[in-house]
Amino acid sequence: MQKKPEHPRGIADALVRAGSFFTRAEVPDDLRTVHRTGGRQAESFYRDRWSHDKVVYSTHGVNCTGSCRWKVYVKDGIITWETQATDYPSVGPDRPEYEPRGCPRGASFSWYSYSPTRVRHPHVRGELLKMYREAKARLGDPVLAWADIQNDAARRRRYQKARGKGGLVRASWEEAVEIVAAAHVHTIKEHGPDRVAGFSPIPAMSMASHAAGARFHSLIGAPMLSFYDWYADLPVASPQVFGDQTDVPESGDWWDAAYLMMWGSNVPVTRTPDAHWMTEARYRGQKVVTVSPDFADNTKFADEWMHPHPGTDGALALAMGHVILKEFFVERQTSFFVDYVRTYTDLPFLVSLKETEEGLVPHKFVTAADLGEDTENAQWKTVLIDDATGEPTVPGGTLGHRWGTTPEWNLDLGDTVPRLSMLGDSEGDGETVEVALPRFEETAENAEGVVRRGVPVRRIGGRPVTTVYDLMLAQYGVGREGLPGEWPTSYEDARTPGTPGWQETLTSVPAAQVARVAREFAETAEKSEGRCMILMGAGTNHWFHSETIYRAFLALLTLTGCQGRNGGGWGHYVGQEKCRPVTGWATLASASDWTRPPRHMIGAGWFYLHTDQWRYDTLPTEALASPLGDGRFEGMTGADCLAASARMGWMPSYPTFDRNPLELGEAEDPVRHVVDELKAGRLGFAGEDPDAPRNWPRVLNVWRANLLGSSSKGNEYFLKHLLGTHSNLPEDGPRCAPRDVAWHQEDVEGKLDLLLAMDFRMTSTTLLSDVVLPAATWYEKHDLSSTDMHPFLHAFTPAVDPPWQARSDYDAFHAMAERFGELAGEHLGVRRDVVATALQHDTPGGEMAQPGGVALDWSKGECEPVPGRTMYNLTVVERDYGAVGEKFAALGPLVDQLGVTTKAITFDVAEEITYLGEKNGLVREGVAKGRPRLDTAQHACEAILSLSGTSNGRLATQGFETLEKKTGQHMAHLAAEAEGKRITFADTQARPVPVITSPEWSGSESGGRRYTAFTVNTEHLKPWHTLTGRQHFFLDHDWIHEVGEALPVYKPPLNMHRLYGEPELGSIEGVQTEGLRNRGGGRRAGGKQVAVRYLTPHNKWAIHSQYQDNLYMMTLGRGGQTIWMSPQDAESIGVRDNDWIEAVNRNGVVTARAIVSHKMPAGTVYMNHAQERTVGVPRTEKTGKRGGIHNSLTRIMLKPTHLVGGYAQLTWAFNYLGPTGNQRDEVTVVRRRSQNVEY
Amino acid sequence: MPRREATIGRVMAQIAMVMNLDKCIGCHTCSVTCKQAWTNRQGTEYVWFNNVETLPGQGYPRRWEDQEKWKGGWERTRSGRLRLRAGSRLKRLGQVFANPELPGIDDYYQPWTYEYKNLIDAPAGNDLPVARPVSALTGEPVDTIEWGPNWDDNLGGAPQNAPLDPIVEKIRDEVGEKIRFEFEQSFMFYLPRVCEHCLNPACVSSCPSGAMYKREEDGIVLVDQDACRGWRMCVTGCPYKKVYFNHATGKAEKCTFCFPRIEVGLPTVCSETCVGRMRYLGVMLYDADKVADAAAVEDEHDLYPSQLECFLDPDDPAVAAAAKASGITHEWIEAARRSPVYDLIATYQVALPLHPEYRTMPMVWYVPPLSPVVEAVAASGHDGEDAGNLFGAIDAMRIPVEYLAELLTAGDTHPVEAVLRRMAAMRSYMRRVNLGEERDESIARAVGLTGTEMEDLFRLLAIAKYEDRYVVPSAARADADALAEAHPLDDTCPVGEVAPNRVLLNLSPTRRSA
Repeated sequence: MQKKPEHPRGIADALVRAGSFFTRAEVPDDLRTVHRTGGRQAESFYRDRWSHDKVVYSTHGVNCTGSCRWKVYVKDGIITWETQATDYPSVGPDRPEYEPRGCPRGASFSWYSYSPTRVRHPHVRGELLKMYREAKARLGDPVLAWADIQNDAARRRRYQKARGKGGLVRASWEEAVEIVAAAHVHTIKEHGPDRVAGFSPIPAMSMASHAAGARFHSLIGAPMLSFYDWYADLPVASPQVFGDQTDVPESGDWWDAAYLMMWGSNVPVTRTPDAHWMTEARYRGQKVVTVSPDFADNTKFADEWMHPHPGTDGALALAMGHVILKEFFVERQTSFFVDYVRTYTDLPFLVSLKETEEGLVPHKFVTAADLGEDTENAQWKTVLIDDATGEPTVPGGTLGHRWGTTPEWNLDLGDTVPRLSMLGDSEGDGETVEVALPRFEETAENAEGVVRRGVPVRRIGGRPVTTVYDLMLAQYGVGREGLPGEWPTSYEDARTPGTPGWQETLTSVPAAQVARVAREFAETAEKSEGRCMILMGAGTNHWFHSETIYRAFLALLTLTGCQGRNGGGWGHYVGQEKCRPVTGWATLASASDWTRPPRHMIGAGWFYLHTDQWRYDTLPTEALASPLGDGRFEGMTGADCLAASARMGWMPSYPTFDRNPLELGEAEDPVRHVVDELKAGRLGFAGEDPDAPRNWPRVLNVWRANLLGSSSKGNEYFLKHLLGTHSNLPEDGPRCAPRDVAWHQEDVEGKLDLLLAMDFRMTSTTLLSDVVLPAATWYEKHDLSSTDMHPFLHAFTPAVDPPWQARSDYDAFHAMAERFGELAGEHLGVRRDVVATALQHDTPGGEMAQPGGVALDWSKGECEPVPGRTMYNLTVVERDYGAVGEKFAALGPLVDQLGVTTKAITFDVAEEITYLGEKNGLVREGVAKGRPRLDTAQHACEAILSLSGTSNGRLATQGFETLEKKTGQHMAHLAAEAEGKRITFADTQARPVPVITSPEWSGSESGGRRYTAFTVNTEHLKPWHTLTGRQHFFLDHDWIHEVGEALPVYKPPLNMHRLYGEPELGSIEGVQTEGLRNRGGGRRAGGKQVAVRYLTPHNKWAIHSQYQDNLYMMTLGRGGQTIWMSPQDAESIGVRDNDWIEAVNRNGVVTARAIVSHKMPAGTVYMNHAQERTVGVPRTEKTGKRGGIHNSLTRIMLKPTHLVGGYAQLTWAFNYLGPTGNQRDEVTVVRRRSQNVEY
Repeated sequence: MPRREATIGRVMAQIAMVMNLDKCIGCHTCSVTCKQAWTNRQGTEYVWFNNVETLPGQGYPRRWEDQEKWKGGWERTRSGRLRLRAGSRLKRLGQVFANPELPGIDDYYQPWTYEYKNLIDAPAGNDLPVARPVSALTGEPVDTIEWGPNWDDNLGGAPQNAPLDPIVEKIRDEVGEKIRFEFEQSFMFYLPRVCEHCLNPACVSSCPSGAMYKREEDGIVLVDQDACRGWRMCVTGCPYKKVYFNHATGKAEKCTFCFPRIEVGLPTVCSETCVGRMRYLGVMLYDADKVADAAAVEDEHDLYPSQLECFLDPDDPAVAAAAKASGITHEWIEAARRSPVYDLIATYQVALPLHPEYRTMPMVWYVPPLSPVVEAVAASGHDGEDAGNLFGAIDAMRIPVEYLAELLTAGDTHPVEAVLRRMAAMRSYMRRVNLGEERDESIARAVGLTGTEMEDLFRLLAIAKYEDRYVVPSAARADADALAEAHPLDDTCPVGEVAPNRVLLNLSPTRRSA
């Protein structure tokens, strides 16, 4: 130690000594410190600040998967702040816990309660309100008043053009609701109930609030628009591979993984409360690899970072698959992997080969019918070779078994050993053939677009057949002795698809690194028996060809036995919010207690047509076709594909017909009438002429969502065509007429009569709406929340009553339903409605409608229109419109008669109805007399919980017993531990409650186990809901073949230069200053613009547009719209950090500030998702109008494979399958703008 | 382990914090919950008692680490005494009205808000209404927001701004190529910061009014809101720039370590709401008589070990006895024995102090972060270590050890390397356990631990249960004493006047001798 400082001296020390005489103090010898007593009264300042009157537990109903429980502090009747709850039940003594859950966005929520952007009162567009009051005074009736305005084109256009330009005025609740109710009644009467639509996403984030509005829509016959596919969060690969919407591990299961890849999923930002499982699992020796084009937040935690060029991830995954197939299947047969794929995948199944001009190509699965069997559902039973006998055999568990009458729908192979390969097939004659496989990468070597590789075959009925496994090896370029064709010579061989060297030319990721990571991945999977996990998300799922990327990922996991394992499998983490008590929610939301079926619509299809984006879609569908296709998309565009899909009954379409379905219901036999009229050509589909006024949607209701400030891809098209107000859309954009869909020369503007929004804050949606209703915030209402990130159900509980005139969504819709009923009783009465619904997943009729996946269009004379087989199901529904209010508030009688159904399991809920009657009370009079009450959100929550297996052990057990009868497998024990458990709403308010294992989902929580998908399949031999009953590598539908996606394949991002005439990526050119408004003479540097890839990953300072306007988040971010760009791109156009820039493409313009960072790769910019135009956004230099949102530069592009239906797992269900609103393939030019901005 | 001294001086107890930067996800939840609870009021718009910085970067306020400019903390005189870097008290008194070392609002940032009401109130016009930015201080329009409390977030603007990071400036010549702000060389980590509640707080000593004090019972440093005269010497004195000036009240304010919560046994708001689960709170016993010497050691590299030596081993019976003699209660001594903070700082020595060279003896310590291996190593297909090891070698990691050392050990890279090796070894050791293989003691021994210690460290860092992260004894005993004093048999209310607490007022005479 150093020398001790000398002891005190001098004046200062004397002062200290002296001071000690004047104050109560004690000074030690070294005079270093002074000890005083007292003087701490001022601490009371901070004590007062901290004090509060009560703490209420609630959560946030934002569209995120957090489902975090928060303590909301209240003082003097005012919400003060919030902190995270820590009372989650333990997940075990040897692992981290879920506490605390939350993020900075959630932590700032209370700011909204009393913020100046709070919607305090109902508002109506001033122009409209004036017209309405005048018309009503004149006509004396609300419905007639609304009709009067709508029948006058000039008045209608006047208030439409005022949309989004201020001028909202206050109205009373009574008046606002009356206008809304009148608009609905008029629309149904004049145009039909399918001309109303509702948009509200993600029920899990507040089930009663969602169900309230959806119930209103379902009761009146209005379609609800899907959101999961619309957001492009739905991984289409999931229904394709698993026959399941999405099912993923809770984040607590990341802990179990021994190898973790985060691939396009930036966990710290998008799964903030879950990220700790990843950081902590590293300490267990988990290796972490991130794959991201930028140095993303999660890369900080990784051991390694791979940064492929954006959108090329599929090539990287295929190359990893190449290594795994070569080293772990061909060079060494890894028994763990081989056993797994034999039992749980379609790899051993037989596929026929078809002769084409290009040679043999993979064709269709061989079925029992091909073997000449005449058994039940023979066309739906797929075939493999039993290794023991060498004979073709039909194992149990196929789709044919699922819908058959015997309990053989299981994966129990008995003595059968599926043969993986035809190579060395002793019973065959050792024949090998060359198959032609498509390739899509744009390289010099790929002029032909075809690669030829050999497979071993056997002949069945004279036709060559091989296995999916043999085709996979061919597709991945893994050669074997004696096979003809073009094979790579090494991993570095870059000439032919599949190798690490080949992917390096596409992705830039070093081949050696890819090979090593693949090897580590597989070795870890072998050692840990399937505990490798890939977290995948929006970065890889929002591309046009995302399902090809995902199928390449899923192949890695399925080949290595990682699906259906704790710690293994896919973690698809974008928009996958799980409404755990799904059956109860769905019952209320679809009002299936009163009427069935509901109208459910594919969101992206609806928006594509009704915002007229199809008119601008110059992408010919045939440009997507495989060189080996048969030309079936010739001359077609997206709108034609959508129309064909509707005709063949694949995807729903609303409005359905070019006539009011109530009018069709007036025929004696409406179903027959519709078919006859269609055949005669007198009745058309609305989607075949979407611009005709009779086919427009008229009313759109938006709640729990900010459609126009967030998810509206092609935002400017919404403004121009759907709303009829001004936009930043260039007038002269190229148009493209479809082949079959009617074309009107003139653009249509202003389709909607009414846009209604409910919100608690001002957004683009509320600003553009005609009526804005003030919603209660999440701290002001009762509701339920769940997620797939954790296994708990918990509640919203009001900390205070809704202030000002705010009301919960539940109460608002209740009021709307009642007023609607009053007006509709007179104007509509009791009517018959012809409801056309798509062929439905998890139903025998839907899944077995179109054998072999052969697409036959009756309108082209290829078959007869047969409802429920070659076209939609048609159902006549009686609607008592006057009773909508009463029905809304009571649980109807259909559930007693028909039960409630999820995934084809029907629950008998008689006991639950009795219970709910006692719990909620009974309605005493009217049409709902004697039924349980649903007049409050609490009652609705109680019903949701009672009617679901996850929250009601009796139903879960009953459901498994039903499944046991179907499968012959023992499963009821999974729920038996909780058979007597019934979770009540009060339970969920008191503390988060773990859910019960239920057949509504594919995994198990029994015994306190962490949830992961498909353990019921792997451990209890329940088949997947697919054609073979196994996980699919191969898809054989006609339309899938046409685009060359029968097997996992690499498809590069769309070439927007070639397909849409955008500048070539990376090109730098001079800015044409003509037309630009050079305001204030700001410095104009460089005058150049650069063309870059435009990506919109999720925002650290927002959950979609929520919080993006919140002052805390604005302050921690940069306080307005920003675009991240690389120093190279910035320099090329003379931009420095924080300079104002503009991004422009054919769809619109965004003005923002640049964040220049070397964490960005050159050639790509990020405009973080859902940056609203409402706060801090100046006018653009290009148009002089307010700048756009992130989705002002995007546009919907439909992929035909998303429209397939009527065939096994490729059969539509709501939010299960449908066209995605993908947006990642977009490009833009960026330029520096005048630095003087005007608001 | 700190070596036990033969004699133990006056034992004091402090609630200290450790943050595991290796787990920090940079989410800023701590900042928001803190701000909501404490500083969302007029006068403190720009104040973040807790903030999170992306490093490399300039931080908040800008370049706060540049003590050449701000003159925070202590410096050692040639005679071996400490004095405030900002100068003597007399000199400071001469500058009370024009303090040249006081950060201006632009060094923090100009707080702003928006005209939100326009969104609802806008009359019918010709464009979408917008809430434009305005200054939160003056209400004047702000067309372009130029700086914020987190401007550096995730390397935003780094090519332009991060070369001005004082640490980067300092080590640029030394590490050269490793810090180039280019894509392939990217690295970053987050540094959440609160008041350090130092053992030798320069802010307290800077105060001309004696308005700052360190609480005797828990070491929390506070500003007496009644006594503060707004001289702002504390703002300069604090080298971490964690004392702020409230322009509405004219008084200094700072992180209170959430004492109203700590007193009742609750973790601080920033800790409990840390969703990365990376904060730890616990009692540290230290020898108050050693602090002055420890802070004045000559070689800056010795500051970390000398502070370690001030800490007392609570499991040592002599320490317990001395603590008891110093008036520390049984509950606090017990809490010290279960202190996760003590374990991380002293037992496993994985936590390090922030800028010990400021000589304030900070009491919020940090576990340094691991980072991915650099491109060149990954590209070659090898980790740089034997093939069986999935985890990269320390020297192949992206964050230069020199950078961490400048932050945490006054530039001495050895302690940082030792921590990173320990963390990496824990991962290797636990991977074998995870995969059901034999435990390999040699991995633990290579970093100076036993296998059991490795697993205990793993439990603390990875399992990290709430009750293991936060061991905060309450002040209940003092309250009970107060109740007893009020004689329950009297007919007065038993919650009478509480005996005034004692205050430890840090006023080092050494600074006066300059």
